[in-house]
Amino acid sequence: MSASTNATDGATATHPAHPATNLQNAPVLRAGDVTKRYQLPVTVIDRMRRSARTALTALDGVDLELRRGEVLALVGESGSGKSTLAKILVGSVTATTGTLDADGERVPLHRDKDASRRIQMVFQDPYSSLNPRISVGSMLRELLVLHHIVPRAEVRAESIRILNLVGLEEDALDAYPSQFSGGQRQRIAIARAIAVRPDVLIADEPVSALDVSVQATILELFARLQRELGLSILFVAHNLAVVQHLSQRVAVMYLGRIVEVADTDELFRNPRHPYTRALIDSIPRMGAESVTARLALQGDPPSPFDIPTGCRFHPRCPYAVDACRTTDPALTPVPLVLGTRPGGPSTVPTSAPGTDTTAAQATAPQAPHVAACIRSAELGDVDPLHEPAIEADDPALTRPDVLLDPERVVETDLSEVAPAAPAASAAHHQEEPSA
Amino acid sequence: MPSTSTDTSVHSEGPRMTAPLLEVEALTIGIRRRGRDDVRIVEDLSFAIQPGERFGIVGESGSGKSLTLRAIAGLLPKGVEVLSGTIRYRGDDLGGMSAAARRKLMGPQIAMVFQEPMTALNPVVRVGEQIAEGPRRHLGLSRAAAADLAVEMMRRTGIPDPARRARAYPHELSGGLRQRIMIAMALSCSPRLLLCDEPTTALDVTVQHQVLQLVEELCDETGTALAFVTHDLAVVNQTCTELAVMYSGHRVEAGPVKDVFRDPRHPYTRGLLESAPDFDDPDRVLVPIPGFPPNVAQRPDGCPFAPRCRFAIEACTTAMPAQEDVGPGRTAACIRTHEIGSAAPGEPVEVLA
Repeated sequence: MSASTNATDGATATHPAHPATNLQNAPVLRAGDVTKRYQLPVTVIDRMRRSARTALTALDGVDLELRRGEVLALVGESGSGKSTLAKILVGSVTATTGTLDADGERVPLHRDKDASRRIQMVFQDPYSSLNPRISVGSMLRELLVLHHIVPRAEVRAESIRILNLVGLEEDALDAYPSQFSGGQRQRIAIARAIAVRPDVLIADEPVSALDVSVQATILELFARLQRELGLSILFVAHNLAVVQHLSQRVAVMYLGRIVEVADTDELFRNPRHPYTRALIDSIPRMGAESVTARLALQGDPPSPFDIPTGCRFHPRCPYAVDACRTTDPALTPVPLVLGTRPGGPSTVPTSAPGTDTTAAQATAPQAPHVAACIRSAELGDVDPLHEPAIEADDPALTRPDVLLDPERVVETDLSEVAPAAPAASAAHHQEEPSA
Repeated sequence: MPSTSTDTSVHSEGPRMTAPLLEVEALTIGIRRRGRDDVRIVEDLSFAIQPGERFGIVGESGSGKSLTLRAIAGLLPKGVEVLSGTIRYRGDDLGGMSAAARRKLMGPQIAMVFQEPMTALNPVVRVGEQIAEGPRRHLGLSRAAAADLAVEMMRRTGIPDPARRARAYPHELSGGLRQRIMIAMALSCSPRLLLCDEPTTALDVTVQHQVLQLVEELCDETGTALAFVTHDLAVVNQTCTELAVMYSGHRVEAGPVKDVFRDPRHPYTRGLLESAPDFDDPDRVLVPIPGFPPNVAQRPDGCPFAPRCRFAIEACTTAMPAQEDVGPGRTAACIRTHEIGSAAPGEPVEVLA
């Protein structure tokens, strides 16, 4: 415990750059309107066919903030661009357009040693992300010496301290990755990432390749690193049960866009984007007996070569109306319901600093729950966990039949519904701290 | 879907009195080594699947669950063989059959869905023809009739525009569609037993949901029994009624899914349930299982789970525990199984050296 406190101190000491006020307000990492396009080479056959499939849009205008000390989960299906975003944040892929800010300062296109050090990554597959020919000790030594983390004389002691921090013993120093099991390798990968005392850890599906019984130990390790080192963690995942367990906030991605962001509890109780709701309804449950969902999606995600017009989710969306085919919705604030729920669990699921998260929300300029759907205000009244509808003042929020009946959805007049959302959001938001 | 699940129980109630559809008895699968002991990857495994029953086999990687399924299908990898024990399908010993007789079973009687549809499908044959191959060979359908059946099967598995998609090659389809093709192919000859080897592990959660629902519906419709191998407890909970938990090649617990999940009687089953995050109970503390499974070539004496078990005592390390009867239709291979029910979750862990 004391050792880890030192690490925090050490990490802060190496960056005297950020003033104390900045720590509260500026997100530790912010992506602004990040776009990534992959241009495919045009072949002779393409020219003959006059094929237009030459650019793949992996990310299309992504805005995301990672707050200090939080675990932010990034979820979405394969092809949604979540790994691309992770790679852009860590600097291994360059964005086509857009900006990155760390602690309120612009991250240069070509990162210097210190900028790279501050954002570190843990990969999905610990079997391929570790060099099989380098022992754990020399791997750590290389990093510690390169980044001048500790004086040379203390490198060995520091390596042992890091290994202990991730739950490994000193004898791992002389071993090679092949001598470890999957869970232990993932610990080594995490040790490598935190050895250089980063501010941000980006973990790309770090438990997906592991067995269930081992998953839990790695999740606990992430929670501990957040708690003890104050690390800010972006946790890319597709398993919502894992996300719910570990993270304080969740961002949902669909086809290169972020479609919803909210506190974990709020998002799972009150999803305001149909895709989020479909994701939640699709989770295999330990409590349910059969594969049923109120909102099951049809079809597969569309190709990123050919993104639908309007809302990119409309071809699969059961609630889509004509306006969805033409309007590309932006992320807009939605009413918070969680704070008004009587007796409902309003705490953050992990033992992480729940109060800090609330404080961060109060000071953050961005509204705490945003969704990119023109009908998000209507989606609020039906609970994804199949509980009775939540009481709401807004008359538009008390029409469960509208959502369940696809025939009536088309007839709904949106003009009376949409403007209510921001006002309701503000009202609910003020009530929240007292609840 | 309450109506369909009662249907299944009706299906399985009647024939249960007579003979099981599939009976695996004392099955040992392994590798023979000259001059040394055989590597026994699956050891002394027994279970039975009734007609129309949905049977789940759960375990972590390396537990032997996939090999068991492959042994039933006669698709063991080279060098791995059935060392002892029997697999009986409708009373006939599959091991004693000729290869030709066994091939005749595969398709109309037993069919298999693999984890990775891209490697299981032939990349240079149109998917419609791949589906039609079974019905032509086994049901004696003409080329045209089989092609029609293929399109019909694709339509039933929820593939949009099946007539056009039937002319596609596997690489032109998405993962979800490929898995549907696999299922259409497996069900094209209306088998009595469908073997599924982690059919949804490679799929996204919304697509996984579609595929699981499809398997459930089609099995209910045709009365096909299901042997479903997976590592995901929640998936088993939603698709299966009976369950066997495997650890290091042994069956450690078996019984109705609901009963086992509510009241696990083997420490490993309990550990699995306690370590998996449950979406409906996010605040529960996850209790990991310490350590990792033994190398099957040097499995310790006694219970293979003993080194990781917080309930382990001296006697656990001397002999492999027998299958104890722990309730109606339930067994657990643990000498302390009768004490486990009362222990509190997350009780201090004691690991033997």
